[in-house]
Amino acid sequence: MSEILHKQLVIIGGGPAGLAAAIAAWEDGIRNMVVLEREDTAGGILRQCIHNGFGLHRFGEELTGPEYAQRDIDRAAELGIPVQCSTTVLSLSRERQITCISPEFGLQVIEAEAVILAMGCRERPRGALGTPGTRCAGIYTAGTAQKFVNLEGLMPGKRVVILGSGDIGLIMARRMTLQGAKVLACVELMPYSSGLNRNIVQCLQDYDIPLYLSHTVTRIEGRDRLTGVEVSQVGPDRKVIPGTQMHFDCDTLLLSVGLIPENELSRGAGVELSPVTSGAEVDDSFETSIPGIYACGNVLHVHDLVDYVSEESFRAGHAAARRIQGSQRKEDLTVKVRDGSGVRGTVPQILKLRKDSEESVRLMFRPAAVYKNMACVVECGGEVLMRKRAMIFTPGEMAVMDLKPDMVRKINGDLLVRMEEA
Amino acid sequence: MEEKIITCINCPMGCRMTVSMENGEVRSVTGNTCKRGETYAKQECTMPLRMVTAVVPVDGSPMPLSVKTEKPIPKASIHDCMRALADVHPSLPIREKDVVLADVCGTGVNIIATRNLG
Amino acid sequence: MQDIIIVGAGVTGCALARVLSRYEASVKVLDEGADLAEGASKANSGIVHAGYDAVPGTMKARMNVEGARMYPELCRELGVPYRMNGAMVVAFSETDRKTLEELLEQGIRNGVHGLRILEKDEMFALEKQLNPEAVCALYVPESGITSPYEMTFALADHAAVNGVVFQMNTHVRSVKYQEGLWHLETSQGPETCRILVNCSGGDSGRLHGEMGGTREVEIIHRRGQYYLLDRPEVLPFDHTMFQCPTVMGKGVLVAPTVHGNVLLGPTAEDIDDRLNTETTQEGLDRILKACRLTWPGVQVRTAVTNFSGIRAHEKQGDFIIGPVDGAEHAWEAVGMESPGLSAAPAVGEYLGAMLAEAEGLTKKAEWKKPIPLPRPFHEMSTEERREAVEKDPLNGRLICRCEVVTEAEIRAAIRRPVGATTVDGVKRRTRAGMGRCQGGFCSPRVVEILSEELGVPMTDIRKDSPDSWLLCGDIREALKGEARA
Repeated sequence: MSEILHKQLVIIGGGPAGLAAAIAAWEDGIRNMVVLEREDTAGGILRQCIHNGFGLHRFGEELTGPEYAQRDIDRAAELGIPVQCSTTVLSLSRERQITCISPEFGLQVIEAEAVILAMGCRERPRGALGTPGTRCAGIYTAGTAQKFVNLEGLMPGKRVVILGSGDIGLIMARRMTLQGAKVLACVELMPYSSGLNRNIVQCLQDYDIPLYLSHTVTRIEGRDRLTGVEVSQVGPDRKVIPGTQMHFDCDTLLLSVGLIPENELSRGAGVELSPVTSGAEVDDSFETSIPGIYACGNVLHVHDLVDYVSEESFRAGHAAARRIQGSQRKEDLTVKVRDGSGVRGTVPQILKLRKDSEESVRLMFRPAAVYKNMACVVECGGEVLMRKRAMIFTPGEMAVMDLKPDMVRKINGDLLVRMEEA
Repeated sequence: MEEKIITCINCPMGCRMTVSMENGEVRSVTGNTCKRGETYAKQECTMPLRMVTAVVPVDGSPMPLSVKTEKPIPKASIHDCMRALADVHPSLPIREKDVVLADVCGTGVNIIATRNLG
Repeated sequence: MQDIIIVGAGVTGCALARVLSRYEASVKVLDEGADLAEGASKANSGIVHAGYDAVPGTMKARMNVEGARMYPELCRELGVPYRMNGAMVVAFSETDRKTLEELLEQGIRNGVHGLRILEKDEMFALEKQLNPEAVCALYVPESGITSPYEMTFALADHAAVNGVVFQMNTHVRSVKYQEGLWHLETSQGPETCRILVNCSGGDSGRLHGEMGGTREVEIIHRRGQYYLLDRPEVLPFDHTMFQCPTVMGKGVLVAPTVHGNVLLGPTAEDIDDRLNTETTQEGLDRILKACRLTWPGVQVRTAVTNFSGIRAHEKQGDFIIGPVDGAEHAWEAVGMESPGLSAAPAVGEYLGAMLAEAEGLTKKAEWKKPIPLPRPFHEMSTEERREAVEKDPLNGRLICRCEVVTEAEIRAAIRRPVGATTVDGVKRRTRAGMGRCQGGFCSPRVVEILSEELGVPMTDIRKDSPDSWLLCGDIREALKGEARA
C-alpha cells in the first residue's frame, strides 16, 4: 500500500456548496484542506446556468450562474484554498478515508479529520418514469441539453416538447427558443408548476409556449430519432385519463422531472439517508450520522435558490472547522424534528441543543402541496414555538423557519413542523 | 378601453391581474394583492423589459461564451438581439464584463461577457 | 469478392464467423444494424439455459446443452462475464408440480446434470424473497447468466483478429446465385461471394426465400418486453427464477444480471413488424403482475430502463441449421430464438464444421488467440486501480460515475477490433450510460470522445443507426436558421 495523505478537511465537490464550505472553514483557520472537484474547473452546475437570477439574497443583485460561481472561485483563489479539479472520488469510508483518482495525481488515498459532502444532485432520467415506447435518440434530461447548448455550443434538436415544469425545464424552453428551436409544449403531471412564476411568464408565456398542467407523456415514438410524443391528461390521482391523447410531432423530448441528491458516496460510507429528501439526515451543524462527515447543498436536499445553498454551506464549513479545532461544545439535549401534516423533508432532522444557546436554528422544508393563507407552525410538546402565516406556500419554494435563540432555548423535546389553518 | 390579463411574477402567489389601458396608458390594475404587483403590471403593460442571456461561439475555443445584456432591454427587441448575436465573433482572451456587442439593436444596452474565456 | 458472406452479426453469426476464421477463406459479415448484436442478441434475458425445456431429440435440445457446456471456458477465454448462478423453475400449484416433473424427466433425457425437485424448506432457504405460496421448484444448477451483447462483441473481435471483416449498416435487399457466385444487392452497394450464410434473425425467413430455399420457413416475430432494475445493495434472488413455461416461451423470470442488476420479463407477444421494439404500458404492467407471483416485494421504482427484444420464432418451433435445401453453397441458421444465446457457441462449431467440410475449406496454419480484454476498472481493487492510472493517466478521468468507467476504457472500446462507433456501442462495450443516470452526465463526454477518436465532428455522432442523430448543428447555425429541420 502506498502512502496515505492526511488532511484536516476534505470537501467533496467544488460547486457553490463546496466552495462556500471551504471558504468558511478557511476563514476559521483551517489550512490543511482540499476541495476535490470532478470537472476540469470549479463552479459546479452554475457553469452551465447562464441565465440570470442568482444571488439576489446573498449579493443584493441578480447574477448569471457563471458570475455567481466566479465570485466564490475568486474568493477561494484569493485565500489560497487548494481546489483539485479533474478528480473523482471513488469511495468514502466510515473512518473518513477517501479514495480518488485524477489524471494528474493518479490514485490518492486521503484520511481526513472531517469531510464535507457537497456533490450536488442529478436529474431523474427517463427510466425512472417508466414511460413506454421506443428507445430512440432525442430524449435528454433538461440539464444534459443545457450542457450541450451552453457549454458545447451544440443544439440537441429543433422541435421540442418539455416534460416537467421545474425551473430547469422552463429555463430550457426559453434557451432552446432563443437559440432557434421551436418549443411546442411544456407538459406537467401535477396540477401546478413547481417552477417560479417569473419563469412561467418569462420562459413560456413570452414565447407563446403552452403549459399543459395535469398532463404527461404517455408514448414515445420514433425508431431512430424521436418523431413524436403522445401526451395525455391525468386525473387527480395522476392516472392517465383514456381518450385524452394529443399528439406532437417533435424531434426532442427534454425531461425536467425532478432532481435526486447524489448520495452514492454517502451510502457507501454508511451515512443514514432520509427517505423523504434522499439526502443525509443531519443535525443543526450539518453533521451526518457518521461523526466528522458533514453534508450541505443539493446533496443534502434539493434547493431552489443557490443563495440558500451557499448560506447552508457556510454553516457546514464553520461547524466542520469547530470540530477540527476541538471547539465543538457538548450538547445538553438532542431532539428530533418531525414532519407534520403538509410538511415534507424538514432539514435538519436532529437538533443538538445547549441550554445557554445564543444561536438561531434554521428549519427548511417543502410544503406537500399548494397552501393559500395557511400558517406553518413549529411546536414542541404541544406548545407553539413559532408560527408563520403566508399568503402562499408551494412545493416549488422551500419554506424557511428561523427559530430565534429565545425560541431555541425553550425546546425541551422533539419538534413537530406542520401546516395549519391561518 | 383595453384590458390585459397578466400574471404577477414577484412571488409564488402569481396573482392574475387585470390591467385596463387607454391610449397606451394604464388606467387601473385589479387582482393584485400587494403594491409590488401594481408596479409590475404597469411596467409590464407599458414597457416590458427583459434581461437576455445567451451563448455565442468563439473561434479557437471549444466552449462558447456566455453573455448577457448589461441591463434589461425592451421585450420586443429580444429576437433582434439574438439575431445580432449570430454575427458576433468575439476573440480570445475574454474577461468577465468585456463588452461583446455595444448598444445592441439601438437599445443603448451593451452585451457583456459573463465569464472569462481563454 | 469474398469466399464467404455471413448475413447477420448477432451472436449466432459472430460465433460462426469466429469458427470460420480458423479456415483459409475470406469472410465478411454484413448486418443492417449500426453495430453488432443489434437484434435479438442485445435484448434478451442473458440466460445460459441448461437445456431442460427443449423437446428431446430436437436441434434446440442438442445445441442448447452443448452450447451451455461451452460457456464457462469460452467466456474465460474471451473475457466475457459469466456466472453459473443456477436456476429454479417454481411451481405454484400441484398442476405446476406435474409440469416440473415432466421438465425434470425431459432435462435428464436432454443430458442436463444435477436436476432435482426442491421442496419448501430447501427452496425457501435458498431464496428468501420467494413468494411463500410457492409449492416446490425444479432446481437447475447448470443454468448460468452472461452478457449477450458482450459475448457477441468478443466473438466478433476474435474473428476480426483472424481476418474477418464486419460491415454494419448494410441491409441485404436481394440475393441471386449466378455462374457459381452469389450476387448481393445491399444498401451499401453490390457484394459477391462464393458461399452465403443466412444468420439474419428476424429477417432470416425472407432471406431464406431469396436464397431459393425450398423448405417452408416462416418466422414469427415474438416480442419480449423487460424491466431492468438498478443494482440493489443485496440481490433479491441469486438464482434465475422461472415460472412454469407456456406455449409462448419460458415464462416470466426474475433474474440477476452478470452486472448485478435485476431483470424482469419477458412478455411474449407476436407482432408483424420485426423491428418494432417499442414497449407498451400493457406489456410493462403484465410483467409487473406476473413477477409479483415470484417476488411479492417487487418494485419498479428503481427501474433503470425498460426495453424489448424480438425473438425469431420459426413456426415449426425448432432451429434450422445446415445447408439451405434447394440452393447451392448456401447455409443457414434460422429460427434462432431462445435458447439461441445458450446454443450459439455450439451452433457456430456445428455449422462451421459442416460448412468447412462440404465446401472443402482448409485450416489456417495459425489461428490467433483473442486479444485479452483488460479487467474493467469498476472491478479492480484499489491497488490495481492505482497501477491502471499510473500506466494510463486517462484511467484517472472517470466518465461514467454510475458504472465507474474511465476515459481510457471508452477510448479502448472504440479501438477494439470491431470497435464502438456509436454512443450505444460505447455503452454496451463499457457500460458507460447503463447506470441510474442513463447517460445524463456522461453522454456529452462520450460524444466528444467518439468525435475525437473517429475524427468526425460531434454532430456526426449517432446514438445507434445512421438516422439516430443526437445534435443538429452548432448554435450559430441554429440562430441563423440553417440547422437541420
